[in-house]
Amino acid sequence: MTPLAGYLLVAALVFAIGLAGALTRRNAILVLIGIELMLNAANLNLIAFWRYGPHPEALTGMMFAVFSIAVAAAEAAVGLGLVISIYRHARTTDLDEMNRMKG
Amino acid sequence: MQDALQFTPQIAPSSIANVLWLVPAVPMVAAGIIALLKQPRRRLASSLAIGSLGFSLLVALTAFAHVLAGWMSGHAVRETVNRTWVQVGSTNVELGWVLDPLSAVMLVMVTFVGLLIFIYSTGYMAHDENFTRFFCFLSLFAGAMLGVVIANSLLLLFMCWELVGLTSYLLIGFWYQKPSAAAAAKKAFLTTRIGDIFFLLGIVWLFAQTNTLLFYNNGAGSMEPLALGGLLAAPAALGLSAATAIALLIFAGAAGKSGQLPLHVWLPDAMEGPTPVSALIHAATMVAAGVYLIARVYPLMEAGRSATMIGTSSTTALTVVTWVGASTAVFAALIAVAQNDIKRILAYSTLSQLGYMMAGLGLGGVAVGMFHLITHAFFKALLFMGAGSVIHGCHEEQDIRKMGGLRKEMPVTFLTYAAGMLALAGFVPFAGFWSKDAILDAAVWWHPSKGPFYLLVFGALLTAFYMTRQVSYVFFGKWRGHGHAHESARVMTTPLTILAFFTATLGFLGTPAWPWFRNFLGDHPAPFELAGFSEPGILALMLTSTGVAVVGLLLGWWLYGNKSPKADERDVLEKAMPPIWRALRDRLYVDEFYGATVIAFYAWWAKVADWLDRRVWGGIVSFVTSFFGLWATFNRFLDTYWVDGTFDKGCEELSVGGGLVARVQSGRVQTYLRLLAVGVVVLAVILIWSSAR
Repeated sequence: MTPLAGYLLVAALVFAIGLAGALTRRNAILVLIGIELMLNAANLNLIAFWRYGPHPEALTGMMFAVFSIAVAAAEAAVGLGLVISIYRHARTTDLDEMNRMKG
Repeated sequence: MQDALQFTPQIAPSSIANVLWLVPAVPMVAAGIIALLKQPRRRLASSLAIGSLGFSLLVALTAFAHVLAGWMSGHAVRETVNRTWVQVGSTNVELGWVLDPLSAVMLVMVTFVGLLIFIYSTGYMAHDENFTRFFCFLSLFAGAMLGVVIANSLLLLFMCWELVGLTSYLLIGFWYQKPSAAAAAKKAFLTTRIGDIFFLLGIVWLFAQTNTLLFYNNGAGSMEPLALGGLLAAPAALGLSAATAIALLIFAGAAGKSGQLPLHVWLPDAMEGPTPVSALIHAATMVAAGVYLIARVYPLMEAGRSATMIGTSSTTALTVVTWVGASTAVFAALIAVAQNDIKRILAYSTLSQLGYMMAGLGLGGVAVGMFHLITHAFFKALLFMGAGSVIHGCHEEQDIRKMGGLRKEMPVTFLTYAAGMLALAGFVPFAGFWSKDAILDAAVWWHPSKGPFYLLVFGALLTAFYMTRQVSYVFFGKWRGHGHAHESARVMTTPLTILAFFTATLGFLGTPAWPWFRNFLGDHPAPFELAGFSEPGILALMLTSTGVAVVGLLLGWWLYGNKSPKADERDVLEKAMPPIWRALRDRLYVDEFYGATVIAFYAWWAKVADWLDRRVWGGIVSFVTSFFGLWATFNRFLDTYWVDGTFDKGCEELSVGGGLVARVQSGRVQTYLRLLAVGVVVLAVILIWSSAR
């Protein structure tokens, strides 16, 4: 097994855990945590492909990952802000209660 | 004979001719306003009607004065105002009015007599609950009648003619609660309509021939030589010229309106209307409209006769007019002898006098017929209003056998009635004498036949006789009615007095010594010369007609004077010759004859039409109906079970499917995410699967 495959397997595991969390948890914050896990799995892939790719000296994968982390941070901030405002409004963070988004 | 005056070439009509339309328009507008008034506004209604007709009288008098002034200064007045009404292609239909001696005289007569009758009506109808309606109709009638008088277009005349017929219908049936009044109104309307159809045919034919319906239009009218020449040249059937045929058709219309044989049956029944109506419409004005119409189209009637031959030769149309008129005069006078209803006697007398007028037109020309029309309007209106006063005084009793001795109770009515009766019977110097004498004079000199003269003299004898009979029954002898008779109110007797005055004096406008009326209408100057009396035959004729009248009167007095028979007693004449009397009493069975022929035919025809309608047309219709009914049932079946079934099924499927899809959109974000994940997994599997191969 090549080192790359090991990284990819770990990343896939983390993604699967994150997806499972996002799909199954009822708490909005835990769902957000799941999403962060999936994002980080993606980042891990980016780094791994860069490190074992044809041009490890070009720093492109690093750049990509850093941007992705920045966007994830912003997204987490917005997501938490939404969760807080929903909590204030509905006094709950249970996602099953928040079913008012149907057309 | 003096030369005719020259017609002034018409550059522009005078101002009075320009506003002549006001004469009929004002009463018509008044009728419209009265129609909007509520029933209790009686005073306002009658004041409006009387005021508007008074205004018309003023305008008419002004117009008359204008014509008279023109005539005195030596030129004949004939002013026309014409307006295009309809223009279709190059065809113009023009309406207009004319001011000439004929219309001026008639205007003054209609407005004056009408005004007196309006005033009388306020008394006569004082206790009728439909007072306002009555005055509305009266005003409408006056307007329409004045429209007939001023019309310069046969079409305008016909319109007003029909309006007059309508108001006549409305007023005869004024007391429509009485079945007899409603029937009489219908009868009058339908009978006159028969004449009017011929009249309308004549109008259409005239328009087709001359392309104009105006009487006078500066040489281009249908009564002017140019058009008449064309009409004479155009042939119609049976060797008659178009002029004669059209003249006869128009005469048929006039006969319907003026109650000439054989269309006279409606007038006696028309007496079901209120008495002022009988006086105004069925004695003085409307029934005279037919005579006026003939006078108006006289150039057409005498077309083809050379100017020097007047009185000696006749045209076909005029001969027909003469014979019909003379026969009506005698026929109606005969029936009048055996009537017992005070108004019916007068109605038959009116028919008889209308016959005289027609005969006068045929024999002696416009002036002779029109003079009798004018004098008759006055004395017959007087007689009818006197009869109304009598009926009122005797508590709505109309049977002369149940009256009697009224000369003491109703002195004013008696005196005025006597004046009217003497005028009608033709006694010197009352108006009727002079006008009837002019007709007889013309009859003596009529070349084609002496028949009309003998008929008319016999009619004069009968007239004096039946009037004496009536007056003896009503005013002499002993009172045979119920209750107590009383004299009528001043508002009724004053018009009687005024009319009596004119009845006594109006004749002097047309004596042989001073034939003012004839010359005024005939556009000659009128000098006064006693020599008129010495013309051959005049004095002898006057003596003859006076003698005839006196014989009639004495005969009547001998048979009926001061006898005061019982109400159920048989008439003296009936005792003498029962079959003749019965025939006369039953109006010579003309109504029965019509009932057995015309009406029976129409009833049969209606039955045939009804059968056709029910069986033939109705059968076809019901067949088509049932066919479409079947077709519709089939369609409904198709619709319910096929079209609707399919559609309903489709809808059901759609809504079930929609329900499934709708359940997916639950609003739960995690469900969406799950579906998304499943989708991605499926895609990934497909990707791996396809790349693995």
